[in-house]
Amino acid sequence: MNVNQQPHMASPYGQPQPGYQGYPQPGYGGGHVPSGYPAQYAPYNGPGSAYQQGPPQGMRGPPTSGAPPVSGAQSYSQFGQGETQNGPPPMGAPPQRPPVSQTYTPGAVNLSGPQPPFSQQFGAPPVSMQQMTNQMASMQVGSTAPSPAGPGYAPPSVSQAAMSAPYTPAAPPSFPPTSAAPSQPPPTEAVARPPPQSYYGAPPPAQQPFPNAVPPFSSTGPTQPQAPPPVSPQSFPQAPPVSQPPFSTAQVPPGPTQSYGGPLPPTQPSFSRPLLPTSQPSTFPAGPPPTSTPSQLPGVMQPQPPVSQPSPYHSGPHPTSTGFPPQVGAPPRPPFAGMQGPPMAPQGPPLASQGPPMVQANHVPPTQPGMPPGPISASMSGPPPQPGMQGYPPQQNGAFGQVRGPQPGYTGPYPGQPNYGAPPAAPAPAPPATKRLDPDSVPSPIQVIEDDKANKGSEPFTTGVRGQAPPLVTTKFQVKDQGNASPRYIRCTAYNMPCNSDMAKQSQVPLAAVIKPLAPLPPDETPPYLVDHGESGPIRCNRCKAYMCPYMQFIEGGRRFQCGFCSCVTEVPPHYFQHLDHTGKRVDCYDRPELSMGSYEFMATVDYCKNNKIPQPPAFIFLIDVSYNAVKNGMVGIVCQELKTLLDYLPRENPDVESNIRVGFVTYNKVLHFYNVKASLAQPQMMVVSDVADMFVPLLDGFLVNVSESRVVIESLLDQIPEMFADTRETETVFGPVIQAGLEALKAADCAGKLFVFHSSLPIAEAPGKLKNREDKKLVGTDKEKSLFQPQVSFYNTLAKECVVQGCCVDLFLFPNQYVDVATLGVVPTSTGGSIYKYTYFQASSDQERFLNDLRRDVQKPMGFDAVMRVRTSTGIRATDFFGSFYMSNTTDVELAGLDCDKTVTVEFRHDDKLSEETGALMQCAVLYTSCSGQRRLRIHNMAVNCCSQLADLYRNCETDTVINFFAKYAYRSVLSSPIKNVRDSLVNQCAQILACYRKNCASPSSAGQLILPECMKLLPVYLNCVLKSDVLQPGADISLDDRAYLRQLVSTMDVSESHVFFYPRLLPLQKLDVESISLPVAVRDSEERLSRGGVYLLENGLNIFLWVGVNAQQELLQNIFGTPAFGQIDPNMTSLPALDNPFSKRLREIIESVRAQRSRYMKLMVVKQEDKLELIFKHFLVEDKSNNGGASYVDFLCHMHKEIRQLLS
Amino acid sequence: MATYQEFIQQNEDRDGVRCSWNLWPSSRLEATRLVVPVSCLYTPLKERPDLPPVQYEPVLCSRANCKAVLNPLCQVDFRAKIWACNFCFQRNSFPPSYAGISEVNQPAELMPQFSTIEYIVQRGPPTPLIFLYVVDTCLEEEDLQALKESLQMSLSLLPPNALVGLITFGRMIQVHELSCEGIAKSFVFRGTKELTPKQIQEMLGLMKPATSGQQGKPLAPHDTAASCRFLQPVEAVDMNLTDLLGELQRDPWPVPQGKRPLRSTGIALSIAIGLLEGTFPNTGARVMLFTGGPPTQGPGMVVGDELKTPIRSWHDIQKDNARHLKKATKYYEALANRAAVNGHSVDIYACALDQTGLLEIKCLSNLTGGHIVMGDSFNTSLFKQTFQRVFSKDYNGEFRMAFGGTLEVKTSRELKVSGAIGPCVSLNTKGPCVSDNEMGVGGTCQWKICSLTPATTLALYFEVVNQHNAPVPQGGRGAIQFVTQYQHSNTQRRIRVTTIARNWADAQSQIQHIESSFDQEASAVLMARLGVFKAESEEGPDVLRWLDRQLIRLFMFHLRRSPFLQVFNNSPDESSYYRHHFVRQDLTQSLIMIQPILYSYSFYGPPEPVLLDSSSILPDRILLMDTFFQLVIYHGETIAQWRKAGYQEMAEYENFKQLLQAPLDDAQEILQTRFPMPRYIDTEHGGSQARFLLSKVNPSQTHNNLYAWGQESGAPILTDDVSLQVFMDHLKKLAVSSSA
Repeated sequence: MNVNQQPHMASPYGQPQPGYQGYPQPGYGGGHVPSGYPAQYAPYNGPGSAYQQGPPQGMRGPPTSGAPPVSGAQSYSQFGQGETQNGPPPMGAPPQRPPVSQTYTPGAVNLSGPQPPFSQQFGAPPVSMQQMTNQMASMQVGSTAPSPAGPGYAPPSVSQAAMSAPYTPAAPPSFPPTSAAPSQPPPTEAVARPPPQSYYGAPPPAQQPFPNAVPPFSSTGPTQPQAPPPVSPQSFPQAPPVSQPPFSTAQVPPGPTQSYGGPLPPTQPSFSRPLLPTSQPSTFPAGPPPTSTPSQLPGVMQPQPPVSQPSPYHSGPHPTSTGFPPQVGAPPRPPFAGMQGPPMAPQGPPLASQGPPMVQANHVPPTQPGMPPGPISASMSGPPPQPGMQGYPPQQNGAFGQVRGPQPGYTGPYPGQPNYGAPPAAPAPAPPATKRLDPDSVPSPIQVIEDDKANKGSEPFTTGVRGQAPPLVTTKFQVKDQGNASPRYIRCTAYNMPCNSDMAKQSQVPLAAVIKPLAPLPPDETPPYLVDHGESGPIRCNRCKAYMCPYMQFIEGGRRFQCGFCSCVTEVPPHYFQHLDHTGKRVDCYDRPELSMGSYEFMATVDYCKNNKIPQPPAFIFLIDVSYNAVKNGMVGIVCQELKTLLDYLPRENPDVESNIRVGFVTYNKVLHFYNVKASLAQPQMMVVSDVADMFVPLLDGFLVNVSESRVVIESLLDQIPEMFADTRETETVFGPVIQAGLEALKAADCAGKLFVFHSSLPIAEAPGKLKNREDKKLVGTDKEKSLFQPQVSFYNTLAKECVVQGCCVDLFLFPNQYVDVATLGVVPTSTGGSIYKYTYFQASSDQERFLNDLRRDVQKPMGFDAVMRVRTSTGIRATDFFGSFYMSNTTDVELAGLDCDKTVTVEFRHDDKLSEETGALMQCAVLYTSCSGQRRLRIHNMAVNCCSQLADLYRNCETDTVINFFAKYAYRSVLSSPIKNVRDSLVNQCAQILACYRKNCASPSSAGQLILPECMKLLPVYLNCVLKSDVLQPGADISLDDRAYLRQLVSTMDVSESHVFFYPRLLPLQKLDVESISLPVAVRDSEERLSRGGVYLLENGLNIFLWVGVNAQQELLQNIFGTPAFGQIDPNMTSLPALDNPFSKRLREIIESVRAQRSRYMKLMVVKQEDKLELIFKHFLVEDKSNNGGASYVDFLCHMHKEIRQLLS
Repeated sequence: MATYQEFIQQNEDRDGVRCSWNLWPSSRLEATRLVVPVSCLYTPLKERPDLPPVQYEPVLCSRANCKAVLNPLCQVDFRAKIWACNFCFQRNSFPPSYAGISEVNQPAELMPQFSTIEYIVQRGPPTPLIFLYVVDTCLEEEDLQALKESLQMSLSLLPPNALVGLITFGRMIQVHELSCEGIAKSFVFRGTKELTPKQIQEMLGLMKPATSGQQGKPLAPHDTAASCRFLQPVEAVDMNLTDLLGELQRDPWPVPQGKRPLRSTGIALSIAIGLLEGTFPNTGARVMLFTGGPPTQGPGMVVGDELKTPIRSWHDIQKDNARHLKKATKYYEALANRAAVNGHSVDIYACALDQTGLLEIKCLSNLTGGHIVMGDSFNTSLFKQTFQRVFSKDYNGEFRMAFGGTLEVKTSRELKVSGAIGPCVSLNTKGPCVSDNEMGVGGTCQWKICSLTPATTLALYFEVVNQHNAPVPQGGRGAIQFVTQYQHSNTQRRIRVTTIARNWADAQSQIQHIESSFDQEASAVLMARLGVFKAESEEGPDVLRWLDRQLIRLFMFHLRRSPFLQVFNNSPDESSYYRHHFVRQDLTQSLIMIQPILYSYSFYGPPEPVLLDSSSILPDRILLMDTFFQLVIYHGETIAQWRKAGYQEMAEYENFKQLLQAPLDDAQEILQTRFPMPRYIDTEHGGSQARFLLSKVNPSQTHNNLYAWGQESGAPILTDDVSLQVFMDHLKKLAVSSSA
């Protein structure tokens, strides 16, 4: 497998490159360069760097945004070379290539690197990467080699300069090893560059248009494409020149460079070199890359660059030569096209555009000629492949269709594209896989992310268009609500749902929506409007009870409306009547949020209240463990101290008014202490309840109080609690009765509310819910392992149920020193919409900040109480399964005792009938809740997605991050009932089925050995692997059962952005940090290979932040960060960076703060020194690597996936 | 020789003893024929200002099952320094400290005038008195306020070193910790769940953690510290507790319409008793329950919280329709026994217009010697003054209360003790002088009296066991020794020993003597106690029949009509209350209870006692009736009119003013000494409250009787009860017609 794939990969890449070169150069060169190179560049750089790496690896290259741009570049070049070579060998293309390459090389290199293979297969990312590299290279190069490039690039380079500069330096050293060939590369580069530039020069024009188009595109279709486009254009132009230069420099790095160099100037030579370099090169040569690229490229290419890549591999086997060309041509173009397509944005009708491109692509094979033959020819194989590519493209296009929609415009400009298409196809030859896949050749998450940012981040995302996939969660964008819920509220796995269950079953793509009903919005977006329909309550469909929404069709002059969900016709109540205009819309359509917006709120009437009584304002009850451990580790003191100020910040709707929320206090160890803090008292009164077997609330009046009224008494209490228990000797605690106490208090006060439980130890005191220590690591890996995730007593399940009935949400803060059985203690929080926070080995000095920030946020965050969520859907599908932190007493109502702004519910849909393409699939999520002021409200989120009868359409419009979110939650829940091995297997299996289905039904025919991924799912394998090797599903020896249970429960409420970063941590290289810029450095892939010993990196996964310091980090850097130039003097125990008065330190701390601000939990900073003990922990988060507990590396897993797919196909 | 009257008086003054017979029939058979058993009323702590306690240990008979105390009746051989026990005839030598005795140098206990003597003994460390307030918070605001004030006031009355504790209850029970600074801390229990003493102590943190592993370490320090959290010296927590009481709030739980507040009296008491049990077993302590209504939840509940279900009446009880009665009574009895075992007494201060469940709860006080005070509201002087009087002091400035008493009775061989009736529980001490024939609380020669006042009087019943064919030698005397060990209010342990002797008389030959030695008053009270005791445990009519059968020849008319036996017109609570006091008051008070005293004030002479008869109710008289529980001043019709007209304000009618004032002054005098405070009623002819008087007097004139008994015709009484005249007529008839 590996071998095959690799080869494929390689070849495709190689091919693509060539192709690209050709293409890009012509079209792009001109356009790009001229156009805002710099500007584009900058963004690209990020991607580019990644890209380059990707390329080197071959197929994966693209994904491998690989930090070292240089290397990337190199790799690319290698590919290029490799491919070329490969191509040549078989096809005889090689010869062609050389020449071509030379000419093209420059261009090709750049292009190919980035665009061709990647764009096609990997999609844009690769391209961008390459571009980056190129740019990078250019930077360096610029200075050195190609003067021509220099100028052009200069600007961009500048921007990047900072980054690249540092990098390069770093890179070289590190790379050196690989770079046997460095020397050669350089030259090559030099050589190559010049040409590229020239080439580019030509291409640019074409590209330029694309670029523009691209942006929009990106949003729709394959982000990468877009990204690439813009980038590519720029990068290309630059890239060519740059790349070469960079390469040279880059060369230093590994083979890539060499290969590059080889390819570019003397393609062949490079080839030989590549081989020399290592497996990578060889891989490439194998030709698979080409093939894959081609195939993928064509279809997926632009849209689904990643996918395409794989395919390229397969394609590899095919005629290399063809493969090459196609790849080159196709990939690049597609991306470009895609990119451009994006530019289509302007075009608006992506599909249409796509169509054309597609067609072209398909036709392309023939078209190739049409395409800038030059490039193709250059690619050699180019032409043939292109055809293939084209052929593919259709598929991809099909898939992308929508995305590409924008492309239509494309077509026009594309002419070249066809070529692209073609090139991809060609790659096939690559078969001669080497042993190992080059990590840079596989789809790179970083590349995808960066491309999406570039393509979709700039323009607001309007929700008016049905079935439009939103930008990725990693992209910053603004949302304009035009009738569908913002992606901040709802994200779907597929925005093109299959029309019927057969399709759904066949594809195995989960149909799910991740709903975050109270998601916070950025300040520039309006929160949902509040609608009041008067005493009779919100207007609803008579039959399905759906709430008034934009999908209701008014008929009969506005006297009735037809429900969009169930088609039932309902009378419009007189007070709501309004005339229709000539289009059948109500005249007041835009005056009423419920008729024009995707999200809004209704005022609920008394009918929507429990017991038909207007609810009381909710209450917060703080229950603090005051046993020995809790006092000793400082928790009690900290909590009490903090509450004194925190209570002024209770959630409120109107910031000018005091919060209506009442508060109460309980401390406990083996017994419970309630406090009477009535305002009229001079001193608080403590009431001890020792009868824990039968919990009750000892007081009514004075327990729950208004903060402002009882402030003095409360402060006195909080002052005294730590004193009172300072000398406690009590080590035993209870837990069940604590929650019961809170629950009873809320019952007595007849209100909903939230309990904040601060707990330290396993509740072993004699009381209901008493637990025993059952930690038994021997069970791990056995069939009984699941029992460790199940609660050990059923008491808490019953209790949770009672809590939900009362609207009692429980947040649990744990401060354990040993096993506390999170699986059991967490039952109530996770059933009541609460959260669990865990501070193992809590120490005031080091964990205080984290805890306090969590606490502050938890107390202050907006939330609703006593909520019920109901998801209604169009006839044809039905919400069948729900994941999250809630309780369900029937199959439809999600009951949430509390629902805060971070809580997410994932809903799975199944067909129970057919959907129509015409009406699409509608869903309406209605959440009835009590606001923090005690108002009963309904929050409505509406979402419409398209329906499709073609699988290709489905695959064109999926969101991998959301799919992963669903898979993770599904798997994490399954571990409760199935052995973990089964869970893992079924995950892999389903994933394989998804991809196999695509391969079988959507991808253009290609060799069975070729891995073809849909563009929008090209990251599925890497992410899935992250899920599989997560601590829950594949525990290492060092992870405790509590941690696993904790993570399991944590993930169940994560939204897509959280789950994304949780499974694929963000790794930011700091040595490239531009202190002047407000943007973050481009992330690098989570692999140790990407870490430079001279670098400093920041890694965050939503729970932790690590600052990794390489042993060779520059003294100046260390001085700036830590205030000491000596690596040895860095204190690995520090939890915050010293506030130093230098721009770097300031900027770094700003970054850390901003990263923290993005997450719902405060992340403690850990400083990890390379080769220090702690590094083991850190390495755990380098998820692309093989983990020491047996988790597969990305590359290995991809191969495994491929094998699975092939098995399914055969 | 003095008359019997004087003899009786003398004996009562000296020893606090009144016997039914002052000559005892010398055989069982004869004694049985006398109907009224050989018995006595004994007031163990009768105030004896002239009796200084001696500061040494009593000398005991060395026979193991005798242990009688050396007394004036013992024969002493001064030379041999030997004394002979007058109960078992054991010869004992004096202890060394008595080496110096001689005929002229006798220890006090040998002197005849010291037939009652009190020893102060050293037994372990002195333990302070303990007062544990158990306060109901389900009161009206006004009531609670008054109660809080009374309680705060009482703190100043307590001995400074006394330990005081506070438990409040309503729907929940709060045990207040008094030692803490700053935050007022209390332990809370729910009122519905019965807890074992062990659980209570665990929950209050009174148990030493079993796991501490410090096996050998004495528990005392820990225990003391722990208990101290709830029971603190008054002097230390005076301020704290005053504040705490001041901040007491009414039970905050809402009481829906149509419901009674939920009141967890049962659990509150069990916690109070459990707390003392765990901290100060066998130490004098008072649990003082202040409640304003019936227990409505949890074990010991007397009535449900539905107002539509009225609290049980005698009617319900007779029809066996009181669902909670048996259970609750059983519950409180169990509690009472636990308290008694540990020497803790329980007072009940129940103030409410409706019943408060005294019927069920009374045993707590009855068995432990606690007080019961019943009133309408805590905001009445009746309660306030009565409560104050609990802490009254004697001529020595010491509290009129004693704790943890045990009364042991020793008798000559011819006598055995059948039982006792009074605020005591049996200690189940078998001995040679214990009769098989039980009367009252029997089967033992020792009783525990957890709390005593100088007025506490027990009725003790004896059986003459001497066989007819084994006559007592002429001149032989029967002796009884009462040994009362108790904790004085100043925390001293004391032993009071009273030894009495009466002559034996042969009933056949000396029947006149025996008759003349009959103490009518004592007998009346003794028999009444028996009657009440039976009434408590048997059906009402049965008791009356028994009484009639037994006492047909006795003057028991008023007793039959008294609230002690008649439940008509009384709630079960009231009956309990009356009976409670009846079985503990001394003879004089008991007599008042049986036959209320009626004084008449008029212009025609000084106040005079008049017959308790309707004929005494005349228009130009003012009547003062003392029933022990009530003081009624009744203004005759004419007097009332005069008063209304305001003659007393006119200078020329000064005499009328004085007449009006006279009964008030007398009433005040009674009020001064009476415990509990009687209900004070000032009424007049036709007034609604006149019923108190009318219900007591002999209905010689009723609405339908033919007798014109008093020519002046008093007030006719509307009743179907028979008048004394009818009763007497009937009695005479029976007496003649039947010999038994």
